[in-house]
Amino acid sequence: MQLQAETKHTEHSEFVSFTVASQAFCLKITQIREIRRWQPVTVLPHAPADVLGVMNLRGAVIPIYDLSARFGLEQAEASERNVVIVVSVHDKPVGLLAESVSEIISIDPEDIQETPQVDSRNTMDFIQGIISQNDEMVRIINLNAVIASTEQVAL
Amino acid sequence: MTGSIMDTFFEECEELLEAMDAGLAAIEEGDQDAETVNAVFRAVHSIKGGAGAFGLDDLVAFAHNFETVFDDVRSNKLQLDEKLVQLLFRASDHLSDLVTCARDGGEVDQAHHDVLISALGEYIDDDEEELVFEPMGVGAAFDPAPLPSLAEAKEATFDIRFHPLKEMFDTGNEPYFLFQALSDLGELTVRLDDSELPGYDAMEDGESYLSWELTLVTSENRSAIEAVFEFVEGLCELSISSEGEEEADADALAALNAAFGLPPVEEESAVALPLEQPVPDAVETPAPVDAVAEVEVTPVPEVESEKVAIKAAGSKKESTKSSGPKPTLRVELDRVDRLINAVGELIINHSMLAQQIANLDVSDTRDVETELEGFKNLARDIQEGVMAIRAQPVKPLFQRMARIVREASAATGKTAKLITIGETTEVDKTVIERLADPLTHILRNAVDHGIESPEARAAAGKEKGGEITLTAAHRSGSVCIEVKDDGAGLNRKKIRQIAIDKGLIPENAELNDSEIDNLLFLPGFSTAKEISNLSGRGVGMDVVKNAVTALGGRVNISSNPGQGSVFSIILPLTLAVMDGMVVSVAGHTMVVPITAIVETMRGNDDMINNLGADGTLLSIRGSFVPICDVAGSLGLRSNTGDEPAGVYLLVETENGDRCALAVDDIHDQRQVVIKSLDGVCGNVPGVSAATILGDGKIAMILDPESIVTASSSAAVFDTDRRMSNAIAS
Repeated sequence: MQLQAETKHTEHSEFVSFTVASQAFCLKITQIREIRRWQPVTVLPHAPADVLGVMNLRGAVIPIYDLSARFGLEQAEASERNVVIVVSVHDKPVGLLAESVSEIISIDPEDIQETPQVDSRNTMDFIQGIISQNDEMVRIINLNAVIASTEQVAL
Repeated sequence: MTGSIMDTFFEECEELLEAMDAGLAAIEEGDQDAETVNAVFRAVHSIKGGAGAFGLDDLVAFAHNFETVFDDVRSNKLQLDEKLVQLLFRASDHLSDLVTCARDGGEVDQAHHDVLISALGEYIDDDEEELVFEPMGVGAAFDPAPLPSLAEAKEATFDIRFHPLKEMFDTGNEPYFLFQALSDLGELTVRLDDSELPGYDAMEDGESYLSWELTLVTSENRSAIEAVFEFVEGLCELSISSEGEEEADADALAALNAAFGLPPVEEESAVALPLEQPVPDAVETPAPVDAVAEVEVTPVPEVESEKVAIKAAGSKKESTKSSGPKPTLRVELDRVDRLINAVGELIINHSMLAQQIANLDVSDTRDVETELEGFKNLARDIQEGVMAIRAQPVKPLFQRMARIVREASAATGKTAKLITIGETTEVDKTVIERLADPLTHILRNAVDHGIESPEARAAAGKEKGGEITLTAAHRSGSVCIEVKDDGAGLNRKKIRQIAIDKGLIPENAELNDSEIDNLLFLPGFSTAKEISNLSGRGVGMDVVKNAVTALGGRVNISSNPGQGSVFSIILPLTLAVMDGMVVSVAGHTMVVPITAIVETMRGNDDMINNLGADGTLLSIRGSFVPICDVAGSLGLRSNTGDEPAGVYLLVETENGDRCALAVDDIHDQRQVVIKSLDGVCGNVPGVSAATILGDGKIAMILDPESIVTASSSAAVFDTDRRMSNAIAS
């Protein structure tokens, strides 16, 4: 009986939810390396709009993406209150600008709903699924799709 | 365990193959000195020996054939003519393939293997013995190798005096095995000379006191005996004299040798190679066995001071005479890289400290600054030292390229010769590694497309064989590698047509010669009509360009119809640190490499002259150079006459054009640590890399060359911009 309870527990995954342009998104906690306060970044010349620039992360140069621009949402000027979520994509650190981090949520995989068909390929690619949390819709980000396609553009 | 020993073997093979190639190259140049031939022989022999121990039969068999031919060269039985040298080159290439196959697995081209074996076989005398090397287990006895018995040959008596030096035992050599090998040559009598053995109290641990007098009756000649002692050369005092054979001379020589403590046979350095002589079974155990055992168990005493002096002289002679490589230390690259990273952090840390001190509200910081300056110098010393560890001569790379040219000319039926200049130029290891592919590509292209067929060359009044010159040189803080061929030069008409056909340029594009040449670097461009198996495997010169750009370098082509083309690759000297000028551009802090800057100046309105609608020229002491607004070029400010505060950096591009880069201000000149933007955000036009400044912020390191080309050719056809547009869309 107890064993069953335990296995059930491990099936739950933890997600970190945050807001981007007033919409709720989340990433698996294991994908996140650290969360930092926003600091002005160094602008990259000729960079696409969703690449804010590069930041010094303890001696490493990491690119910072603006998630709102990436998702085609309204862009706001980044401020002290915003955060940079450092994730690791293909073993390389990448920073994502988000409005603010909300909470850590534990989700049963069965509660994840498929992304409903919408009329935007980007959205379909970027959003892995959705969860209902406190009557609010939280979008699970498909990290590899978000960053991989950006890299292609930059290259 | 075995794995790590094998790794060591393969590492050594790399070095030995390099030595072999170097030797062969020298022989090809006409240096048929005994020492050079010996060096190659030893390399092949050592590979064979090692391969035998691991049971790599193919390798052993081939190396043996190779070695046998070389042995005949060594003993002047074979004359090194061009045909043989070419065969030896091919054999050395194949040997290196075999080593690679043995290491990484994979199949050797069996047909090629057989062809070479039989080609080598033609040079081998039939009466040569067939040596069989068996895999040797740890601690197992050597397998006997039957040596030829030439009964009918005339027998001679040799008197050998043999005194091993202490070093011989240090390197694990064993007189017993030497005597066994000798006893195989004929009838051996051994007499131990223990006259130098001091009293028990005076004995020094590990010292060598014993000598042997050997008498050998054999049909072999002197060199066969010397061959037995080959691997202890310089590690023993040896004199060989034979009855009737210049006895007096030999004695005199022996006396001289004894006086100077020199190895008598040859003057080469003692290479501590493992004993690989064929050693017979201990059927007829010769006399000295007991004596040897004695040496092993006896803690042996100190010698007379005279002897010490002699030995010191001997070893000194050895070290000065030594033509072999200096002692080296194999270190994992990771460790060096960690050190380099740490030094990079140290330099960043220094500038942070300096900045902090400047921010302090202290009136007198002179003392601190002096110390800080010392810190900076130390950091620079460490950095240079560390970079020197990574710096390696381009020689091995160039040697590999010689092979590429050989193979390429064989495949195309052309004759091309590679001449290398500046092999000792040292370049960062990573650069060398990453240059291999682009260089291979350029050289194959040079043979395939550059050099004409022998008939065409003859018709053009050139020598039949083409010449490709590969040059490496340091040039003001960068490394320049040039591939020059004396072929037909680029066919610009054809290149242009292909570019139009492939839709790379519009049909009416007006391009000058150098722009046409640079079309080669566009992705999707390949001049080969059919994909030959040599160059043009679907990848074009754009791969070369990308590889070089990734290293922070540039490729240029220049070509003269009928006279050939030159590809030059210009690379930064180090990949880690450089001297930069910190400037501000439209509010952003940026770094310009010092090496690119000719001079800096503050300009005023009088110096600026308009040319046309939006061209501006800066007048410097009577000459005019175009002004390039960095901020505008990087898209950081709209280019609408809003000229910056007027600080100009005069830069010179690779092709000698000058340009004044307009920036807002100059702050500082300092060492910056280069952080590659590779994998961070791809290729950013105008920016070569990034660095971290004293305040922890990142600054872009500008690439003046690409800024200048981007702005000067903006009106005309611009490769870089087109490329980025094409990919972005």
